[in-house]
Amino acid sequence: MSDKILVIGELRDDEVRNVSYEAIAAAKKIDHNAEIVGLLIGSGDIESQGQSLIAYGADRVIVVSHDNLKTYTSEGYGQAVMEVVNNESPTGIVMGHTSIGKDLTPKIASKLNTGLVSDVVDIEDDGVFVRPIYSGKAFEKKVITDGITFITIRPNNIPALEKDGSRSGEVSSVDVNITDLRTVIKDVIRKASEGVDLSEANVIVAGGRGVKSADGFKPLYELAEVLGGAVGASRGACDADYCDYALQIGQTGKVVTPDLYIAVGISGAIQHLAGMSNSKVIVAINKDPESNIFNVADYGIVGDLFEVIPLLIEEIKKVKVTV
Amino acid sequence: MNIYVLLKKTFDTEEKITVSGGRIEDDSAEFIINPYDEYAVEEAIVQRDEHGGEVTVVTVGDEESEKQLRTALAMGADKAVLINTEEDIENGDQYTTAKILEAFFEDKEVDLILAGNVAIDEASGQVGPRLAALLDIPYVSTITSLKIDDDTASIEKDVEGDVEIIETSLPLLVTCQQGLNEPRYPSLPGIMKAKKKPLEEIEIDDLDLDEDDVEAKTKTVEVYLPPEKEAGKILEGEPADQVKELVSLLKNEKKVL
Ligand SMILES: Cc1cc2nc3c(=O)[nH]c(=O)nc-3n(C[C@H](O)[C@H](O)[C@H](O)COP(=O)(O)OP(=O)(O)OC[C@H]3O[C@@H](n4cnc5c(N)ncnc54)[C@H](O)[C@@H]3O)c2cc1C
Repeated sequence: MSDKILVIGELRDDEVRNVSYEAIAAAKKIDHNAEIVGLLIGSGDIESQGQSLIAYGADRVIVVSHDNLKTYTSEGYGQAVMEVVNNESPTGIVMGHTSIGKDLTPKIASKLNTGLVSDVVDIEDDGVFVRPIYSGKAFEKKVITDGITFITIRPNNIPALEKDGSRSGEVSSVDVNITDLRTVIKDVIRKASEGVDLSEANVIVAGGRGVKSADGFKPLYELAEVLGGAVGASRGACDADYCDYALQIGQTGKVVTPDLYIAVGISGAIQHLAGMSNSKVIVAINKDPESNIFNVADYGIVGDLFEVIPLLIEEIKKVKVTV
Repeated sequence: MNIYVLLKKTFDTEEKITVSGGRIEDDSAEFIINPYDEYAVEEAIVQRDEHGGEVTVVTVGDEESEKQLRTALAMGADKAVLINTEEDIENGDQYTTAKILEAFFEDKEVDLILAGNVAIDEASGQVGPRLAALLDIPYVSTITSLKIDDDTASIEKDVEGDVEIIETSLPLLVTCQQGLNEPRYPSLPGIMKAKKKPLEEIEIDDLDLDEDDVEAKTKTVEVYLPPEKEAGKILEGEPADQVKELVSLLKNEKKVL
């Protein structure tokens, strides 16, 4: 029997999330010769999104659309995935380590009596999976000793393949009876930063208590905008009500791995570092040269953020214009 | 209400991590209740005080976990159970833990199970949802609010910063996220009382399980520390010059602009 890896894709505002494309690349890293089957779950006409999974490397896509799948519930999505898994008998499953991925995959693993390696940041040959432990202070390599290969991947760590619009593949729809949902979503309140999603952002400008007020965050939004990035925050800033907890980065907030992380007026407490220290390039702007954040930063500017940020915005605008 | 809390001991957050012999050195480490499990203990106590009933804290661990169970009792939990796997299981994973808990809950009447949404050491976040699936009860992860009215639970769930308002039914398993509550510190009378509260210790044998029934499906083959980061570069000069240099470094050296 040849190998087949199921990639559970995710839609956000009816568009495929980037991490789902990364999951396809991860599936190929697990096994180059496997058939990659994408899966999209939702309601309404989502079949049209299937083609984009193919452009990013899936060989075939299955779509499950049902009124009861409009918003994610573990029960509804669980039924849909199990139906597809039972039909397809994949040898592997890959999904993003997102809010939905974290919630859904342990349930599926439990139903299938399998292991699950979650929050994978790298895949080595021979099925060795790398993941951070102890809030990123250490790493472990894991293998699967029994059952199918089942992993979730951290967004922004395994690059997606180049998009190839000329690829073709079948997008088929599967009818699933979604019944007896004991859990009902009554409402969704959108609080997360508008526009760019923090966990998938390539650039993050994060503000701390040093920003001093909600108004003080405005220049940070401006900087994020010229960089095409998102705004995040320390818990210090959230606790002080300068911004919503939705922006919190750290051990109890979001874990992010952008290409560029600019920490503004953040002291660099261990709980904050837990969420961002694996960013590729870290810049710290802080007026206290003794701040712990400088120990993890690649580049540091010791200075007053209210002076530095406007200068930085101007300078970046200049280089952006010249490219 | 029969309320259960799944609890795990973890390294103190501030603890420096060292690796020796391919594993995390833990001989001299300070251990705490996993911070997210503290939210679970607190919420269990609050719910019990409102609805009556009993809070039982359960851990799958070793002899040393007794200390964290006592702390939970001192906070106000009524009973504790240590499922001691020290003798029987060398390398368990989340499959192992969930299977053991399933066996533990087999003969229990359960209304509510609370767990942390993730343990800050291995950070799998699997045990809660896995257990709920095995017990075939609904679960909601990363909750920030819980209101129970008879058999109905109204929940706020943190979804990457957005909030979902969810309605579901008991019996139920939830995993707790920051924002749910402020965990209390054990009071002195609480600590005194905790010494007399029941702490039952069982082994997997007592659950009619043996090692093979719960054998892990995954294995850790290596543990290592990330390469020590080179000291960063503190830029110098007038702010305008620093900013110029920074932008040039980001663009030309690091190629992130
Ligand atoms: C269980 C637990 C979980 C936690 N989880 C998290 C988490 O997920 N995320 C998180 O971030 N924290 C978390 N914390 C909190 C953490 O310990 C720190 O309290 C918090 O990160 C501090 O935020 P801060 O750096 O913004 O504030 P502060 O520590 O107050 O630092 C403010 C910084 O701003 C600088 N500054 C002030 N004015 C200026 C200026 N004009 N220009 C430039 N710099 C200036 C100061 O020099 C200082 O370094 C947690 C704590 C606990 C106990």
